[in-house]
Amino acid sequence: MPTKLSPFLKTCMILGYAFLYVPIITLIVFSFNSSRLVTVWQGFSTKWYVSLLQDDVLLKSAWVSLQVATLAATFAVILGTLAAVALVRLGRFRGRQFFGILTTAPLVMPEVITGLALLLLFVGLEQMIGWPKGRGILTITIAHTTLCMAYVTILVRGRLAELDLSLEEAARDLGARPLKVFTAITLPLISPALVSGWLLAFVLSLDDLVLASFVAGPGSSTLPMVIFSSIRFGISPQINALATIIITAVAIGVMGAGWLLHRKKY
Amino acid sequence: MVKKPKKRIDLQPWQDPKAKPYIHIEGVSKDFDGHVAVDSVTLSVFQGEFFSLLGPSGCGKTTLLRMLAGLEMPSQGKIYIDGVDVTRRPAYDRPVNMMFQSYALFPHMNVEKNVAFGLKQERISRSEINERVKDALRLVQMETYGKRAPHQLSGGQKQRVALARSLVKRPKLLLLDEPLAALDKRLREQTQFELVTIQEKVGVTFIMVTHDQEEAMTMSTRLGVMDHGRMRQIGTPNEIYEYPNSDYVADFIGSINKFEGRVAEDETDHILVESEEAGCELYVSHSADVPIGSQVKVAIRPEKVMISTSPPEQKRNSTRGIVKDIGYLGDVSIYHVELASGKIVLATQPNLVRLAERPVTWDDEVYLYWRAENSIVLMT
Repeated sequence: MPTKLSPFLKTCMILGYAFLYVPIITLIVFSFNSSRLVTVWQGFSTKWYVSLLQDDVLLKSAWVSLQVATLAATFAVILGTLAAVALVRLGRFRGRQFFGILTTAPLVMPEVITGLALLLLFVGLEQMIGWPKGRGILTITIAHTTLCMAYVTILVRGRLAELDLSLEEAARDLGARPLKVFTAITLPLISPALVSGWLLAFVLSLDDLVLASFVAGPGSSTLPMVIFSSIRFGISPQINALATIIITAVAIGVMGAGWLLHRKKY
Repeated sequence: MVKKPKKRIDLQPWQDPKAKPYIHIEGVSKDFDGHVAVDSVTLSVFQGEFFSLLGPSGCGKTTLLRMLAGLEMPSQGKIYIDGVDVTRRPAYDRPVNMMFQSYALFPHMNVEKNVAFGLKQERISRSEINERVKDALRLVQMETYGKRAPHQLSGGQKQRVALARSLVKRPKLLLLDEPLAALDKRLREQTQFELVTIQEKVGVTFIMVTHDQEEAMTMSTRLGVMDHGRMRQIGTPNEIYEYPNSDYVADFIGSINKFEGRVAEDETDHILVESEEAGCELYVSHSADVPIGSQVKVAIRPEKVMISTSPPEQKRNSTRGIVKDIGYLGDVSIYHVELASGKIVLATQPNLVRLAERPVTWDDEVYLYWRAENSIVLMT
């Protein structure tokens, strides 16, 4: 039988959720406002969605952001998983602890510093070896990968550490070579962590303003950069419309992943 | 699979000096960063045997098993299987399979796929894989559970699937790491006999690790008692129980009464020990080859100690005391008898009559005696 919450607890819960979600709901509601003024409700309209579709700058930056996020999340998952496997499964190799700290350090490093450091690196590299040519999607992707990889490493590391070691030993004992053990046993069993790591990395990258501002080049502004710069000229309800679309997409993605993970629980 | 030529009871190759061991472990040691887990163990196991490694946790028995599987590499020594040196071979390249204590069934594969996993690593046709998987599941009576996921199985069913998975590759040696530890008591007793039956049917050599002495005694042809990485004694269950070679083994298997004393006579057919603790002369009908006057212990199992209210005819191996406690176990009772020296002696008696009609009860003075051939001298 579900426990009954006292009125006090219920109020706390409602206030807590309100604190978290009222701003977002306001944003969604006002994306359907027909007035240009964000603070005045004039009536229902979808005209901001229509005008959004005609705004090339916003659409282009959204496309850049999606590309960067997809690439960065994928690279972060690959590199982060490799790092986690090295940390958990390779035993106590020399410098293991140092390596562990190094992999997760970007988490606590102020983004301004990481961004500046990367910018200097890219500029220096271009002068010395001519790569990367200028700054754009490639440099933003690299910058986001360094940040996201740390998150993925932590997630996968936790999952690997709690994975019963005898499963891998059993596979080895049954004649599977190390690579086969990894692909047939380890990888499927840590896949929930890989999926959530990818989603987390994707959202982090989609949302990042600081790193991108440092290493972006002309014509490669990401969505957060465009939104942030447009605020100086007053918020257009178009942005509300765009935010609503993003929230819907993210919600569907998260629910889908949750459903997928829930379905195959062991 | 290979049929065994003889019944288990006739199969005693360890008594034949010409018999060639199937598994041979020679002076194997393993240390982990200075901690010696296994200390120069030498052991021969013969084809078709069910050998148990017995010992308390941390005695190195599991490490020894893992070295046989190839999951740990020995620091020293050699391991031969069927005449081939496999010491440096990785786990995936050995004719050995292991059943893990946790069963280690792959949670993302159903029962059939779990069993087929080992076969898929070899170049075997799909139809043969299916055939062998079916056979293996039939052997453990799980043929109708092929499509189930591991988390849908009970503990006993998981154990069967794990057994099928490790037998399906027809290994030369099957290793079992505490195979029954995760089952409840009733199921464990039933499974003990099933496991032995299956072993006899497939004829594969089994080496099992257990800390449960009862399990080791019922199931194995021979067993090895380990302590602190060393092999203390190897023998049949009967030999280990009746002729333990040390204090440690005597204590580890069953309970035993021990009397300290001084050797007064040591002849070829007997040894006489004077013991104040026992309150009588102890006559043991085997020689021990020790100097006169040295301190030894004479041991006697509780079920071989007889109790009576009237004095027995024999003067040696006979003492008396007061009944201090009676442990009633239903089929037997364990009498705790205190001797004049303060020593408590345990004597187990079958309850041939009902409790209320029992002739001996608390605070009675009783005589304890035993036959000379039932006691043994322990040196260490």
